[in-house]
Amino acid sequence: METVLELRKVSKHFPTHRAVDGVSLSIRRGDLYGLLGPSGCGKTTTLRLVAGFDSPTEGDIPLKPYQRNVNTVFQSYALFPHMTVRGNIEFGLKQRPRRVTDLDVRVQRVVDLVQLTGKEARLPAELSGGEKQRVALARSLVLEPEVLLLDEPLSALDPNLRKQVRTELKELQRRTGITFVIVTHDQEEALSLCDRIAVMHKGKVEQIGSPEDIYLRPATRFVAEFLGAMNWYNGVGIRPESMRVSSAGDGMVKAVVESSVFLGHCVQVRTRTAGGVELVAEVAREGSRFEAGEVVGVSWSESDEVKIGSQPL
Amino acid sequence: MTLFLLPRLRIWFLAPARAVNLLLFLAPMAIVLAYSLLSRGIYGGVERPFTFESYTRLIDPLYGGILLRSFWISGLSTLLCLVLGFPMALFIARSGARRNLYLSLVILPFWTSFLVRTYAWMFLLRDTGLINTILQSLGIIREPLPLLYNDGAVILGLVYGYLPFMVLPLYTTLEKLDKSLLEASADLGATPWVTLTRIVIPLSAPGIRAGSILVFITCLGAYLTPDLLGGSKTVMIGNVIQNQFTQARDWPFGAALSLALMALVMVMLIVILRRDKEQLL
Repeated sequence: METVLELRKVSKHFPTHRAVDGVSLSIRRGDLYGLLGPSGCGKTTTLRLVAGFDSPTEGDIPLKPYQRNVNTVFQSYALFPHMTVRGNIEFGLKQRPRRVTDLDVRVQRVVDLVQLTGKEARLPAELSGGEKQRVALARSLVLEPEVLLLDEPLSALDPNLRKQVRTELKELQRRTGITFVIVTHDQEEALSLCDRIAVMHKGKVEQIGSPEDIYLRPATRFVAEFLGAMNWYNGVGIRPESMRVSSAGDGMVKAVVESSVFLGHCVQVRTRTAGGVELVAEVAREGSRFEAGEVVGVSWSESDEVKIGSQPL
Repeated sequence: MTLFLLPRLRIWFLAPARAVNLLLFLAPMAIVLAYSLLSRGIYGGVERPFTFESYTRLIDPLYGGILLRSFWISGLSTLLCLVLGFPMALFIARSGARRNLYLSLVILPFWTSFLVRTYAWMFLLRDTGLINTILQSLGIIREPLPLLYNDGAVILGLVYGYLPFMVLPLYTTLEKLDKSLLEASADLGATPWVTLTRIVIPLSAPGIRAGSILVFITCLGAYLTPDLLGGSKTVMIGNVIQNQFTQARDWPFGAALSLALMALVMVMLIVILRRDKEQLL
């Protein structure tokens, strides 16, 4: 597939630190691409370099910032508070050097697309969080960019709303066919939303791959641990949900239960082996009553073992 | 703070502010009002009987003309302050760690008496002043330029004196302006000029309004600047009022003029605030 956006060994140095350090990315047309990492890992700076708000200290992003057909949805949405929904949405079209003749049609189409029909005359202050976000999306989408950059698009939303908006975003991306680059610190969000994910850490890309790749075949210990809880035993990693706990005598490893906590969708059992290694298992609610101090057998299948670096970067 | 919602406590907490207002604001106003309704004393001061004569004299077109002129000079000075102050405030708001330094530079002139600073302008502007002397010694001009004792000098003095009153409220609104709005505007393809006129200026309207009102009202009441820099030709309403209390020895008329000016300003403010339905500061 065709590459729409490429970063070649891009770095951004600030006086005190290197926010982005030799990042190379190749984003294909139509991708829902995630930049995932903890706060301060350089993902937002990378996005700002692509958007053209900052320029890289080193490295290369093809095209001058104003030639890139790229628009941004800001984390705080950055809606113009003195303009109506319609005013916000048509702002970009009105900046075109030549008058856009089908402005009304295009605005209406995108208003319908993000389901804001009937709310065109409202001011941002009169909208809910979810509606504000849809205005921010519409304001960018109406310009039909090649790439849409979204900075933590779900973080300002009510937690209950996030899952719903996540689905809507994915649906929107499929319908428009526009390449989305999403910055997020939430691994669940990245896994469920994106086709490809670049995991960043301390300004560097640790791994690029599909959600399955980075979750099941992490390239580094950092990726393995950032994507979810991980047990380490004899050099291999095992996710808590791959662990089974059975009565003493069974299982691969003998361990003592330290705690057993009901989490709703599962029961989390913390155990410790004779060698002092902590093994955490998340097991089904049924038939899993374990008392602290009880000796149990912990086991997992070899196919669930995660070997760091088994997958080339 | 439910404590403050108790009505009995509220009264006591508000008492000091009420006392200050009563003593320093309402009482002097009452005195001015009383004076405006009395008759003129022969050697200044006021005498009985009570009369409305001072107010009937206000309709003299002479005062209307001076008032109009004061509005014109104050309006032009306010506009110039806005044009000069806006880029200044924008610059300060954007200068990061140095903004406190620049802000203190704006306030620095207040450490010297306004009278002294106005005299300084006279030394600069008069026929044998610094500017004319330098221009003459360089051979650029032969005769000294008439820089002092005209409307231009008064407007210069007013703009110089009251510019900080414009810069500070403007700075306050510009400093609060969300930077991501400017980035969003650029992201959507707006030129810096469009971002300035469609985003920055509309969103700093509260600061523009507050600064303009502060500067305009202060200019309207000015008497020192027109007195020193305007000479005898440039008379503003403040000079007329001052004159009633000094040379003219007509305190009731001076008081009536003051109250009329104040009423006019109040009406203007109410109209502006009603229309915008916003707080002044």
